[in-house]
This record gives sequence, C-alpha cells and structure tokens, in this order.
Amino acid sequence: MAISLKLNGETTTVEAEPGTPLLWVIRDELKLTGTKFGCGVASCGACTVHVDGEPVRSCQTYVEDVEGTEVTTIEAMEGTKVGAAVQQAWVEMDVVQCGYCQSGQIMSAVGLLTENPKPSVEDIHDYMYGNACRCATYQRIRTAIQRASEILEA
Amino acid sequence: MTLSRRNFLAASGAGAAVLVLGIRPNGALAAGNADAALNPFVKVTSGGQVTAVVKHFEKGQGPATGLSTLIAEEMGLRMDQIAYEFAPSNPEVYNNLFFGPFQGTGGSTAMANSFMQYRQAGAAAREMLIKAAADAWGVDANDLKIVEGVITGAGQSGPIGDFVAAAAELDAPSEPALTPPSEWRLIGNPDVRRLDSKIKTNGQAMFAMDVHLPNQMIAVVARAPQMGGKVASFDDSGSAEVKGFIRAATLPTQTGVVVYAENTWAAFQARDALSVEWDVSEAETRSSDEIKAEIMAALDAPPTYNVSKSDQAATRALIDGAETVLEKTFYFPLLAHAPMEPLNCTVEPNEDGGVTLHDGAQMPTGPHMALSQILELPMEKVRVNTMLAGGSFGRRATPEADYQVEAGLAFAMTDRTRPVKLVWSREDDLRSGYFRPAFGHKIRVGLDADGKIVGWDHQIAGQSIMKGTAFESFAVQDGVDSSSTEGTNDTDYQIPGMFVGLTDTPKATSVLWWRSVGHTHTAYAMEVMMDMAAKAAGADPVEYRLGYLTGSEGADRKAAVLRLAAEKAGWGSAPSGRYQGVAVHKSFGSFVAEVAEISGNPEDGIVIEKITCAVDCGIPVNPDVIKAQMEGGIGYGIGHVMRDQITLAGGEVEQYNFPDYEPLRISDIRAIDVHIVKSEAAPTGVGEPGTPPSAPALANAIEAASGVIVGSHPMSEEGVQFA
Repeated sequence: MAISLKLNGETTTVEAEPGTPLLWVIRDELKLTGTKFGCGVASCGACTVHVDGEPVRSCQTYVEDVEGTEVTTIEAMEGTKVGAAVQQAWVEMDVVQCGYCQSGQIMSAVGLLTENPKPSVEDIHDYMYGNACRCATYQRIRTAIQRASEILEA
Repeated sequence: MTLSRRNFLAASGAGAAVLVLGIRPNGALAAGNADAALNPFVKVTSGGQVTAVVKHFEKGQGPATGLSTLIAEEMGLRMDQIAYEFAPSNPEVYNNLFFGPFQGTGGSTAMANSFMQYRQAGAAAREMLIKAAADAWGVDANDLKIVEGVITGAGQSGPIGDFVAAAAELDAPSEPALTPPSEWRLIGNPDVRRLDSKIKTNGQAMFAMDVHLPNQMIAVVARAPQMGGKVASFDDSGSAEVKGFIRAATLPTQTGVVVYAENTWAAFQARDALSVEWDVSEAETRSSDEIKAEIMAALDAPPTYNVSKSDQAATRALIDGAETVLEKTFYFPLLAHAPMEPLNCTVEPNEDGGVTLHDGAQMPTGPHMALSQILELPMEKVRVNTMLAGGSFGRRATPEADYQVEAGLAFAMTDRTRPVKLVWSREDDLRSGYFRPAFGHKIRVGLDADGKIVGWDHQIAGQSIMKGTAFESFAVQDGVDSSSTEGTNDTDYQIPGMFVGLTDTPKATSVLWWRSVGHTHTAYAMEVMMDMAAKAAGADPVEYRLGYLTGSEGADRKAAVLRLAAEKAGWGSAPSGRYQGVAVHKSFGSFVAEVAEISGNPEDGIVIEKITCAVDCGIPVNPDVIKAQMEGGIGYGIGHVMRDQITLAGGEVEQYNFPDYEPLRISDIRAIDVHIVKSEAAPTGVGEPGTPPSAPALANAIEAASGVIVGSHPMSEEGVQFA
C-alpha cells in the first residue's frame, strides 16, 4: 500500500506492506540509516524517532499508523533548537563510544528536554531508562543532558 | 604489481601529489610508492590534508582518535587538521605487532602495539616535509618546524601541502627523531576530543549495518537451535507468501537455512514463516544445570593441570595446619556479548571477479582468508572494507570468522551477481553461541594466628576458549589454556603456598573471549577471596592487600592504584548508610583498582551509588578516552553480574532478547569517578581492564553491607535485589 507521511519536513509517499515497522521503512526504503535496529522489540531504544514531536520506538510502530503524521529522525535534529543543543552537549562531553545507540539516546533526550527543560537526575533516569547503551556511556549521557539544559537556558 | 614512485603519484589522481608513508616490514621507513611491501600509515595530499591510516577497527574504544593523535603530535598538527580512515586488509603491512602476520584488534593491544610505530610514521613524515621545504628555501632543516600544519622558521613560512610532491621524492629517514615527552601537546592532553563524536551524534556515522548497495539481497539464517543440529528438511511455502521473499536454501554446512529477500523486514518475516525439521541426533542436549554440575564435580576432583607447577599436597598440608581455614566456591554462568549493532556484513561482487566484504571487522585477516577459500578467489581479489562497529566486546572476532563465513556461503550459493547482506537479529545474537564460557573456582585459604596467608589452594574448571582453534598454539602451553587461568597464578600478590590447578570441562556450546576474557571470572574469585581473608584477619581490606603487594614493579604499580582509588573514594569514611568494597586487578598490562559504594541491602534492594576507579595504563595517550573506557568497562562488568546469564535447556538457549538478557540501564550506577596514574611506562590496554575489578568491588561492598558473600552469578539469582 502507498502511505503518505511527512519525513523531516518533506512530504513523502512510500510503498510498504501493512504491518511493516516504521524502522524498516526509514532504513531500507527511505535510506536514512541514522535510525538503528538494535532489538526489534522496543527494549533498547536504538530505533527511537519522533512522531508528531513525541519519541516512539520505530521498530514497534506500524508504518500505516504514521500516515499523515510528521516523522522526525536524527538526521533533522541539527535544525532544531533542542536537538542542536543536545548534539552540542554530546560532542562537548564526548559521550559516544561505539555510537550505535546514540541516535536513539539523542532522540529521547530531545523528547525529555522538550517536555522538561530542567530535568532532575531522577527525571533523567526515568525518561532515559528504555534507551540501552551496551558501551555504558550513561555517566556522560546524564551529564550531557544536564549540559544541554544549561545551553538551552542560556 | 609494483608501481614506480612517479607512477604512483600519477595514479593517485588529478595531479594531486600524495605522500604515503610508513615502515617496511623489516622496520625500515619507506615513502612514496605503493609497493606492496610498503606499510603506509600517513597520507598527505597536495592540499595539505593529512589522513591517519588506522589499522585497528573502531568499536568505540578509541583507536581512530588515539592513532591519529600520535601522528598529529609528531607532524605538528592540531587534532582538527587530521582525518582518519581504516586500513585495508593486509596482514603483511597492517598486522598487529603483537600477533605476528595477522591483522586484528584484541587483548587491549591497539595502542600498546602501535605507539612507537605510529609516532615513527608521523615523525618521518614531518622530517621529509621539512627537508623538502629546507631544500626549496635553501635553509637549514634544523631551523624549521611544523606548527599547526605550517612549516615555519629561518624567516620562511608555507603550508605542508606545498611540499608534498617534493617530499614524496625523498628517501624516508631511517631513524626519525621522535618528539620528546616534554614537548608533547596532544599525547596526555585531557582536552583532546574524539574524532568521531560529531558523526555519531547526527546520524552520519556509517556502520556495516548501514550498507545499502544497489540490487542487494538480505540474507538471514534459520540456525539449528542446538549446537550440532543439522537441517533434515525445510518447507518454505509459508515464506513464499511474504512479499519480497526470494528463496531459501540449506547451507552446505547443514547448520541452517538461508532465507534471501529483497529487504530486511521481508527476510525476517519469511524466516518466521519457514518450517525446518532438524536432525538432532548429534546435537548437544545438555542443560546449563548439567554443565554446572560437571564443573562443580571437577572442582572436587584432582585437577588435570598443575598450573602453578607447585605441590598441591604441600599447599593442602599448610592449610590443614592453619589457625583459620576459609573456603569458597564460585560459579560464573555463560554470558553473551550482545553488542548494540547485531552482527552483519555484506559481500559485494566486484567487476574484476573478486569481492569486497563490508564489515565491522575486528580481525580482517580471518574473514579475508575465509572468503578467499570459500569463493576460491586469490587473496588479492578479496577486499575488506572495515567499517565502524557498533560494539563487539570480543564477539566480532571469532577464530572461525563465523558470521563472515556464513555470509560468504550465502553469497556463494547465489549466482554471485548481487551483493548479499547477512543480517542477524538480536535473537540470533543471544541464541547462537560464542558465549563467555561457564567457569567454577574453588579456593581454600589458610591463615595463621596473625591472619597471614599460609596457603592458597585454587582449583578452576571450565571450557577452554582456545583449544581446538587456530589460536591454540599461542595460548596453550603444557595443556593449560592461559585464558582459563590468567589473573590467578600470575598475580602480583606475593601469596605464599599458592597452588593453582585447572580442569577443562567438555565442550557444551561454542565459547569465546568476552571483554577481559579469563579475568572476567578470575578477578572475582581472587578479589572476593582476598576480602574474605582480610576480614577474617580483622584487617582493613586495603591495608591487608597492600601487605601482599611488595617486591616487584607489578606489585608497586598495583599498590599505587589501590592507594589512589582508596584515597579518592574516601575509603573508610563512607557516609552513614553507605558501604564500600574494593578490588584491584591487573589485566592486559594495566592496573585498575575500584571502590564500590552502595546503599540499601540485598533483601530490599541495593543502590550502586558510586564507583571510584584508579588506572595505571602506562603513558595515558588520550586521558578522556581512558576515562570513558573505564566507565564503560565498569558498566559492562557490573551490568552482567547484576542479572544476566545465558541458560540452556536441552542444549537450547532459553533467552530470546533484551527483556530476558537485561542490559545495564542508566539508573543502575549513579556515578563513576575515574583517576589516572601519571606514568612514563609504555602504554598498555584500556578496553578491557576496567571490567575485572568492578564485580568483586561490588560483591565486597555487598558483604560490607550485609555479610552476604555472593559466590555465584548473576547476583539476582542469589537473593540480591537491586533497587
């Protein structure tokens, strides 16, 4: 079936079978590879994208359910205020190691800071709990979210 | 093919002069041409762009930044003036100097084996560029230096790019002068940043999983659920209903059925719809309980190998005559590596009849040789494009090149016109073997009336990682696989009356090195036992350990990190309601001490409040990368012992995906504080050494909080809850 959605600000039509996870449409059909496949069961967060501004796990989101919505991926984060602040903080802190989960971490962090510009450590833990990092960069993710909050406040 | 120097410059395109520089296998520096014997580490274009050719793969542990730092240091560049690329596969040229003619990353050796090699390459490039400038300007080369990419001195100034063509005509210096440590700007500088941060925060970083070649097929494999299982027959009529399904075919090894499809989701769907009958007549059917029982039985029998080459009866006599006897049995389950990027690679046919393997290749030589054999291609027709790897923890390097062989076979079974991308799911990753082997330790220690150790009887049992592999000749001596015992008999503690024995247990599943290899279990057994001895002696655990750390350089360095971690952690003065535990261990040449500080108790839930770490890894090349590796190594060690294990039922793995192999989460460790010992010793590893002390430090803190000494993992199965 043909599905129309707005991806990173541009209206796009994709051909996909109903029930196809949005993740695979983004990666295999639209060739945006910043969104990652980690587990396929929404328990690692590597595939996190925004649908109408809210972080969702694209591996458990059917493509037909995003018809008519605005989907935003990591590739468009530089152009947003919160996204740019989070990316700046991530680079300042050298958060990344292997980097494979970091698109998802950043998409979640942007969701958090959009909702709650000055999160406490407990807020960060609650919101980011579902984003796994096998390299265990959590110490720096925590610090970088606090730093991004400062950047946004300035 | 041997190109002349001039031809090489012409062949490098568009009139752009490129200086390629490196060291010949015999150690002599060479420059300028692309002779196969050349070992190029530095490229400079006529535009002045310097690129470090990185021979180690980047799984996050930092060699892309680290090896570039060495070259930038020697060439007078800022870090933003150097780029990096991954070396092609060539075991003669890009070998790991510790591995012989074999290109690969492992054993935390990337910096250790490259430190002199890359500095020399950078220094030679600097001298040649300066000589070219000196000749052009008619000045003394000794009056020139490179400052931020500009050759300056003797009243002259010009960018390095202006002298690339002339430099490429020069002979490389045989012994370039290395920049002395007193003049280092970048080595040891905590402000040097990673070179790959930006691309890993904006979606641009390309991992092997991101390869998308025109006309590629996706291949997934339905593997036998038990080791030794074979395909009896399969029915793909259900798969045929899936749009995008191409076909299914049994691997020549009979170990699985390859499902080919036009895209990844179709491949997964078609595999789900496939029905396979397995021949299990030769399959492994033991459960993990049976494996554990075999290990425990081996610990109570005389060991096969006398690892310490000492007299066990004499050790036992000393212990039996001691004032106090301590005994503890430890069990460590199978563990999966579970790197964030599931295993994958792509085999692409080339116009010359060869292939390119796109892979986050940890040991390029292995898949290079394997594909050459499978596809009956000469080595030079097989290229390996090493890409960023989304973690590994050892899994991307197997002696058999397991997943690359699978991809090669999947490609070989086609007409070889379309690229084949092999993709593993997370379930494939957790359920298909290559686990940290299960191990048991049984230790008896005798203390005299003063609490001093008089004898230490240590038996180890588990499945050897190295035996039966191509690495056996390196790792196995007199029957002893050193990866089963490392960290025990070779300890820097001066332990009197020490005996270490080893018994190999039968192969139950495929096993593999896992971040820090044998130290994953030996450090735990050694350090929990040391703590038991200290507490039985009524001594402070730090002071007690220090009493056994004398008389060698290793003991001194181990003592120094122990003191530093204790000092920085506020050892002995934890706030009310907080409890501390300590552990110290050497692995891969580096010394790491960690103090865990926790609150709560095992019944109601423990909170890991802080881990304080001190590391001595010799000269700290990139201090911030070292800190990151300690943070990550601690998280990796603690994350698994908290709640993870792989179990087998009837030979089949019981876990499926992250919900039942739960990764460390952001709230699990509240803070990590890393301190680096100043050192002038040669650099040693940092990728693995943070892991071994983390679990025993936590265990010793739990004992301090509750008196519970956790002997088996995961801790969650031993009555320890985490908040």
